[in-house]
Amino acid sequence: MPVSVRLPTVLRPHAAGQSVVEASPGTVGAIVAELVGRFPGMKGNLLTDTGELQRFVNIYVNDEDIRYLDKSDTAVADGAELTILPAVAGGLA
Amino acid sequence: MLTLPPDVYHDIVAQALDEAPLECCGLLAGDPDTGQVLRYFRCTNAAASARVYTVEARDQLRATRRAEDDGLEIIGVLHSHTHTPPYPSHTDITQAPDPTWHYAIVSIADAEPSLRSFRIADGVVAEETVVVGPVDSAG
Repeated sequence: MPVSVRLPTVLRPHAAGQSVVEASPGTVGAIVAELVGRFPGMKGNLLTDTGELQRFVNIYVNDEDIRYLDKSDTAVADGAELTILPAVAGGLA
Repeated sequence: MLTLPPDVYHDIVAQALDEAPLECCGLLAGDPDTGQVLRYFRCTNAAASARVYTVEARDQLRATRRAEDDGLEIIGVLHSHTHTPPYPSHTDITQAPDPTWHYAIVSIADAEPSLRSFRIADGVVAEETVVVGPVDSAG
């Protein structure tokens, strides 16, 4: 059973307008790599030049922020849900 | 144009005053086609700062889910400026993630609060009209 990946509005144009796409179970890092492989337009939104997850992206596995799990090594099981949202921040600094 | 129901506007101002001198933040849920806000979700400022804000990630997910459950979308973000006018800072502009969002700022620097809203696309800021008024039932 695949993983459901919920995309934020800002990424949907890169996935032909889909709000949910399927991916193979694995780690968060592997799923992001799969997404970038299928939808190259997402690469700059999701990964830095050195291949790390962008800081200004929030990724959740079954509603838990992966920063509180194993970050990009977090396992995403069959049938789980992975949600991507743009981090929202600003201010004067 | 961004349209806020009066109860949403009053909740935003109350939150900004409650959380001062720290900046407060929250997410605006409504109709992306019209800019009509129907709900406001107060969020924790994970930066806990008087100068910067970060919407707490779990609050953001919760707000997104609740908005979707109501058939709405998150259409923008609100944050407060406690000592400066309501205009986006350089950081606000460079970190704006979504050109379709409304970036609303409430300032409580003066005795009378003021709220302005902006669209930010490719680093270019365009102010938009803000209307505080009842929801148009026809919309």
